[in-house]
Amino acid sequence: MSSPSDMNTGDVVELAAKEAAQQDVPDHHVTDVALKPAFFDWLCRMGDTTLILGHRTSEWCGHGPALEEDIAQANIALDLIGHTQMWLGLAAEVEDEGRTADTLAYLRDAMKFRNLLLVELPKGDMAVTIMRQFLFDAWHHDYLGKLTGSSSPRVAEIAAKALKEVTYHLERSSDLVVRLGDGTDASRRRMQDALELLWPYTGEMFVSDEVDRAIAEAGIAPLVEDLHADWTETVTEILKEATLELPSGTAYAQKGGRTGRHTEHLGFVLAEMQFLQRAYPGASW
Amino acid sequence: MYAQMVESEGNRGDLTAQERAFQDRIDAGEKIEPKEWMPEGYRKTLIRQMGQHAHSEIVGQLPEGNWITRAPTLERKAILLAKVQDEAGHGLYLYSAAETLGVTRDELFEALHSGKMKYSSIFNYPTLTWADMGAVGWLVDGAAIMNQVPLQRTSYGPYSRAMIRICKEESFHQRQGYAIMMKMAAGTPEQKEMAQDALNRFWYPALMMFGPSDKDSVHSEQSMAWKIKMNTNDELRQKFVNETVPQAELLGLTVPDENLTYDEQTGDYSFSEPDWAEFFEVIKGNGPCNRERLQARRDAWSEGEWFRDGLTAYAEKSAKRRAAAALAAE
Amino acid sequence: MTDTAKPRKEWPLWEIFVRSQNGLNHRHVGSLHATDAEMAINNARDVYTRRKEGVSLWVVESKHITASSPSAKGPLFDPADDKTYRHPTFYDIPDEAGHM
Repeated sequence: MSSPSDMNTGDVVELAAKEAAQQDVPDHHVTDVALKPAFFDWLCRMGDTTLILGHRTSEWCGHGPALEEDIAQANIALDLIGHTQMWLGLAAEVEDEGRTADTLAYLRDAMKFRNLLLVELPKGDMAVTIMRQFLFDAWHHDYLGKLTGSSSPRVAEIAAKALKEVTYHLERSSDLVVRLGDGTDASRRRMQDALELLWPYTGEMFVSDEVDRAIAEAGIAPLVEDLHADWTETVTEILKEATLELPSGTAYAQKGGRTGRHTEHLGFVLAEMQFLQRAYPGASW
Repeated sequence: MYAQMVESEGNRGDLTAQERAFQDRIDAGEKIEPKEWMPEGYRKTLIRQMGQHAHSEIVGQLPEGNWITRAPTLERKAILLAKVQDEAGHGLYLYSAAETLGVTRDELFEALHSGKMKYSSIFNYPTLTWADMGAVGWLVDGAAIMNQVPLQRTSYGPYSRAMIRICKEESFHQRQGYAIMMKMAAGTPEQKEMAQDALNRFWYPALMMFGPSDKDSVHSEQSMAWKIKMNTNDELRQKFVNETVPQAELLGLTVPDENLTYDEQTGDYSFSEPDWAEFFEVIKGNGPCNRERLQARRDAWSEGEWFRDGLTAYAEKSAKRRAAAALAAE
Repeated sequence: MTDTAKPRKEWPLWEIFVRSQNGLNHRHVGSLHATDAEMAINNARDVYTRRKEGVSLWVVESKHITASSPSAKGPLFDPADDKTYRHPTFYDIPDEAGHM
C-alpha cells in the first residue's frame, strides 16, 4: 500500500464530511490510550463478524431458491457490509495508525481476524444459512440493543443504526425458521440438521475474556454472559414453534474465533476476498 | 439489449375489423392493459419478449455475481451486490408483467431451464478480471439502456411500467461501471492493461446485443407496428457506438476496431460488424459459458425446491389452523 | 409454455401497494410471489422498498381482486366525461374571490 487513502473509492469530499460529522460526537474512549488495545480488538470482533457473515450471505446472490429470497438475502448482506464499514472504521480510528476499514478487512491474515466461528462456516444449503442467521440474529439483536446505552457515544450511535436493520433480520429469520421447521418433512429434517451442525458454534457468543472484561469495565458493552438467558429463551421459543428439537446443551462449545483461532474455512474466505488487494499492492480501485 | 431475435407472430396482411381497431389504439398512443382484447400474436410475442428480457436479468446476475466475493473494497462490494440484486428485482418485475398475459413465472422458468426460451447472448461470456465489472456496467448496461429507455413508451401497460421502474433504478448501473473503468484506466500499468483487455473482449459481444441487422425482418416490422419494439437494431447499435466511442477516448482506451472512422457530416461512426457466425453459435448454446450459466440457474431452482415446498406446506397448515381456531371460537 | 402437464406448487401471486409518505394514497407498485400474506409483506419490503420508497404496505392476493370487465370500459367510465362540474375549471369565479 502506498498510502491508506488509496483504498478510498468513494467520493472523497463526502467521505471527509462523514468523518467530520462522526468526530463531532465527543467520545473520550476513542482516544483512551490504556483502553486502546482492548477497544480495538473488541471493535474488530464486531466488524469482522459482520464482515464475514455479510460475505457468506452475499454468496447466495444469483443462486437463491426464489427471486424474492435472493433479493432478501442480498439486503441482509448489504446491511452487514454497512455495519462492517462502521465498526472497522471506528476500529481504525481508535488504533490511529493510518489504517482504514478497508485495510483492516483486506490486509489482515486469518490469525488477526476476530469474528465468531459461527459466521465463517460455509453457507451450506438455505437451511444452514437461515438457521445460522437466526441463531446469530437473536444474539446480535440483544447485544446491539444493550450497546445503544453504551458509555461510548460512538458505539451507541453505530448500534442504534444497526439495530433498526437487525430488528428486521431477526423478525425475518425467526419467521423462516418457524415456517421451514413446521413445513414439509424434508424442510423440517434440513432445519434440524442445520441446527445440530451449528449448535456447537453458538457457545462462543457467550464466553467473555479479558478484552470483554476491560470493555465491560469501561461501560462500553455488557458481558456477553449476560445475554445468554434471553438468547436461550428466544431460541427455545422459536424452535418450539418450529417443531424443532433443541440439541442437548452439553455439546462441547467450539471457540477461538474471537482470539484469532479459526476453522480452516476462514483462510479460503480471505484468499478470495483479499485477492485483488494482495495481488496488486498499492493499486486504487 | 436483453431480448434478441424475438419472433413476432403478427400478420401484417389484411387486418380484421377488431385487429384494425386495436392497431388504431396503438397508433393513437393508447396503452393496452391486461384482460383487454388483443391479437393472439401480440400476446404471444410479448410473452416471448418479456420472458427473454426477464431471463436475461436473472442469468445476467451470474457473470457479475462471480465477482461479489472478490470485490476489492467494502464499498465496491456493496455497490456490486446492490447492482446484482437490482437485476434480480428487474427480473421479478418483468416476470410479473409477463404474468398478466396468462403465463406463470414457474412456466417461464421451466422454459428457460429446458432451453425453449433464450436469454441475451452477452451473458455467455466470462468475467475474467475486476475490469470486467467496469466493462459490463459501462458497455452491457449501456447497450441495454439504449433499448430500455424507449421501451418505457411501449404499448403494453404493465411492460411500460416495469421499464419505467427499471430505468429509474438502473440509472446508477452504467455510471458505477464507468467509474470502475476510470479508476482502472488511470491506475497502475497492470490495471490499465486489464481495462483495455476488458474493452477488447466485451466490445463486439456488446455490439451483438442489438441482434443482427433487421432491416429486412418481417418480425421486426410487426413488433414495431405494435410498439413493443421501438427502434431497429441498427439504429440502436449506431446510437450506442456514437455514444461509447468518445467515452472510450476519455478513458484513454482504444476501441478494438481498425475501421472505426467518424463521419463529420452524419455525426455517425462507421464501424466493423461483429462476427455474426460467433453470435449464432452463442445463441445455439456454444458460447464460452452457456453450459455453466444454464446449469447454475437449474441448480438454484432444483436445490431450492424443498425450500419453496416447505413454505407452501407451512402456509397451508397455518391457514387450516386459523380456520379451525375461528370455528372453535364460534 | 402452457402445455407442461406436471402439477406445480407455485407460490401465489400478490399485488403490492405502497404508501410513499403519510398523507398519500397507497399506490400499486407491482407484484410478487409469496405463500401467505405475512410473507408477502416481508417480501414486498425487500423487493419494493429497497430504496426507502415507503412507509406502509398493503398486499392482496391477485386472485382476490375483482376487476371491471374491459368491455364495460365505455359504459362505466364514459359518463364521467359529461360531468364536467366535477372539475374545478367548470366554474367561472372572479379573480377577486381569491384562490380556491
